[in-house]
This record gives sequence, C-alpha cells and structure tokens, in this order.
Amino acid sequence: MSVVDFRQVCFRIGERAILKDLSFSIEAGETLVLLGRSGSGKTTALRLINSMTLPSSGEVRVEGKTTVEWDPVRLRRGIGYVIQEGGLFPHFTVERNVGLVPELEGWPADRIANRVGELLGSVGLPADDFRGRFPRELSGGQRQRVGVARALAADPKILLFDEPFGALDPVTRLDLQREFLRLRGALGKTSVFVTHDVREAAILATRIALLHEGALAFIGSPAEFRESPHPEARAFLEVLKSAE
Amino acid sequence: MLSDVLQDLLDEGLGLLGEHLVLVMTSVLIAAGIAIPLGLLLASNPHGRRWALGIASIGQTIPSLALFGFLIPIPFIGGIGPRTAIIALVIYALLPILRNTVTGILGVDPVIRDSAVAMGMTRGQILRLVELPLAKPTIIAGLRIATVTTVGTATIAAAIGAGGLGVFIFRGIASVDKIQILAGAIPAALLALAADGLLGWLEKR
Repeated sequence: MSVVDFRQVCFRIGERAILKDLSFSIEAGETLVLLGRSGSGKTTALRLINSMTLPSSGEVRVEGKTTVEWDPVRLRRGIGYVIQEGGLFPHFTVERNVGLVPELEGWPADRIANRVGELLGSVGLPADDFRGRFPRELSGGQRQRVGVARALAADPKILLFDEPFGALDPVTRLDLQREFLRLRGALGKTSVFVTHDVREAAILATRIALLHEGALAFIGSPAEFRESPHPEARAFLEVLKSAE
Repeated sequence: MLSDVLQDLLDEGLGLLGEHLVLVMTSVLIAAGIAIPLGLLLASNPHGRRWALGIASIGQTIPSLALFGFLIPIPFIGGIGPRTAIIALVIYALLPILRNTVTGILGVDPVIRDSAVAMGMTRGQILRLVELPLAKPTIIAGLRIATVTTVGTATIAAAIGAGGLGVFIFRGIASVDKIQILAGAIPAALLALAADGLLGWLEKR
C-alpha cells in the first residue's frame, strides 16, 4: 500500500516551474532516494510531503489524505524530519531536543526520559554521557545522530531526510550510512532521502527517483537505475563508474 | 557646618534617588511592554517594521529638553510633573528595545525555525520555545541600553517638575554650586552602572 502519493504535482515560484507534473507513489517500508543535481527540485519535492510547501497544482496524498486537507501540525508530528547538522535547537540539551515532539504531544516526563534513553542508545550514543550535553558540545556526526534520534522520537510512520550527511567527512558519512541501514532493518519505516550523491543513493535506496530540472527522469530499483538509458541517469552513472 | 550641609544633601538625595528610580523603572517597563510585543509582531512584517523603526528613530532625535517642553501644553498627557516626564522617557526608551527585539527574532537561524516548523510546532510554540529564548540576550541588551540612557535623560525631567536627581543638578547650575551638581550627577552615574550590571547579569543567566 502506498503511504505517499504524488499526483500530477506542479510547483511554481512566479513564472518559474520548480517541479513539473510529478506523479509517483512511495510504498510502506521502502527507502525512496530522491536523487538529482542542485536545483533539480528534490528538496522541494521532499517538503511537499510534510506540507512545508504546498503544490501549485496537483496533490500530494499522505495516508490517503491530501496535504491541504491535513492539519499541518498533526501531519508534521507524524513525520520525522532530518536535515544537515540535525537542525538541533542550540539552547536545548540533547535530551530536550530528542524529547521535544513527545513533550509537545504531552507525554509524561518519565516516559519521555525512557524514550530518550532508548533512542540515544539505538543511534549509538550512550545516554548517560550525552543526554545533558548541548549541541555545540557534539561533533558533526554526533549531532546528526541526535537529529535522527529526534526524528524517531514520537515513532513516526514516515521519515524525511534532506541531505543529512552532506556536511560530514567521508568516514563519518559511511558510518552513518551503515547506521541508517541497520536502523532501517530494525524499524522498517518508510523513508524518503534526498541526496545529490549517487553513491549514497546506490547504498541506501530500495528505489531511486531521479529528478532532472523539476521533472521525474527515472524511478526504479538501483539495479534498474544502472540500466537506464536516460541521459541524466547516464550522467550520474558516469560519476559512479569514475569512483570505482 | 560642612557636615550639616552634607547631611541635608544626603536626606534630600535619598528622596530624589527614590523618585529617580521610580521614573526610570516606570518608563522602561512601559516602554518594554509596548516595544517587545510590537517587535515580535514586526519581525514578520518588513513593511510595518520600516515605518515603526523610522517613527521610533524620529522620537529619539528630538532633543530631550525640547520634547519635555513640547509635551507640557498637550492636554491629558502634558502638564507639569512626573507623568509628562514618563511619557517622554518612554518615547526615548522605545527605539533600543524595539530594534533589539526585532534584530533578536530576525537573527534566529532560519534553519532552526524551519526545523521547528517541520517538527509540528505551532506558531505560539515556536515563539515561546525557540525564538524568544534565542533572542533573549539581544532583547535584554536592548533593555540595558534603554535603562542606562533613561537614567541619564531622567535627570532632565527635573526641568518640568518631575523630581529625581536632576533637581540637584539644575539647582546646582542655577546657584553655581558644584557640590549640588555632583550630588545629582554622581548618584545618577552610579545608578546607571548598577542597572547595567544587574541587567548584564540577567542577560547571562
């Protein structure tokens, strides 16, 4: 069953078309990687899912309901969102950052504390050591882990990742990509992952959606992607080959 | 004999210091009560912001003695006494508080605000949990500037019969009495320093 449906979605800013007639579905439990160059519209496509952006025409359905019909607050609390550097609140401790959505949802304090401990453990940060720290006291990789823990806090069905590992060094990046795969295996959440890194897409994706100048150039499994004749797909595959 | 003079100055001075404190605190509190909420509103309204900051800047450029003079003949808000003085002092204190509130809110990293929206925080929650705490040091810095300048400007309020430490200064000038001038100026300066220190401590907490 599809969790997210894009139906003929266009998004324009003034006269400029950012997304052109996007139609595809995201299935439960899959990791769809939105791949594309800078300016291809992939981040905009991601933000359409949690109604940070609304389509100019067409509709995006999440669990059957369009993002216009959804109460934005309810929709977003059910969708985890991870961005570069985690987007952590600098004035909150790790504990408060991770426990924020549960706090907004009115969970009792002891349940939040338990949940935070459990989540920090699951992203590889010993809770006793980390819960009292502030984001400035963490490395880039640790901040990113906290960002992931925060997105998972209220057990959302869908996770959105906007180039989360973009600012990390390659070694830390690989670490976190492995962590992502391990967590995905354990949690089975539906994930949408934006990246311009074709290698990252090849590692993480169960399906790849390639965006080119705001239009969907290709969608399919990584294996199918390697066979795609689309010039933009070939361009990305060149990058992959040159790295090998 | 000299000690009698000093004793008189001290007795009168404590009363004037009290009046001065009341003038400053009332004015800064009223100014903050207007400027902080207004600043929060204006942070998301560039057009209104230009106007409000422009008007507040004009208020600030009027020489204080002239402003006190202008206000006296105005019905209801004017007249002789502390009320007129407080209105003038509020006008002066508005700009630094308003400007710093706007700067503080606009200075919140857009990425942080974006991630607050994405987490499903309501407008009020973003303001209360994210924007205000992050803007707090800048807002308090504005309050500090407003308080320190108000302590100084309030000495001029004596010219329109509002009392305060300015009474010593004006009397000292009129009677060419340095001790009287200093008896007004030194406590005013110390008061400014103390207020600055107190708010500085608050800023760090």
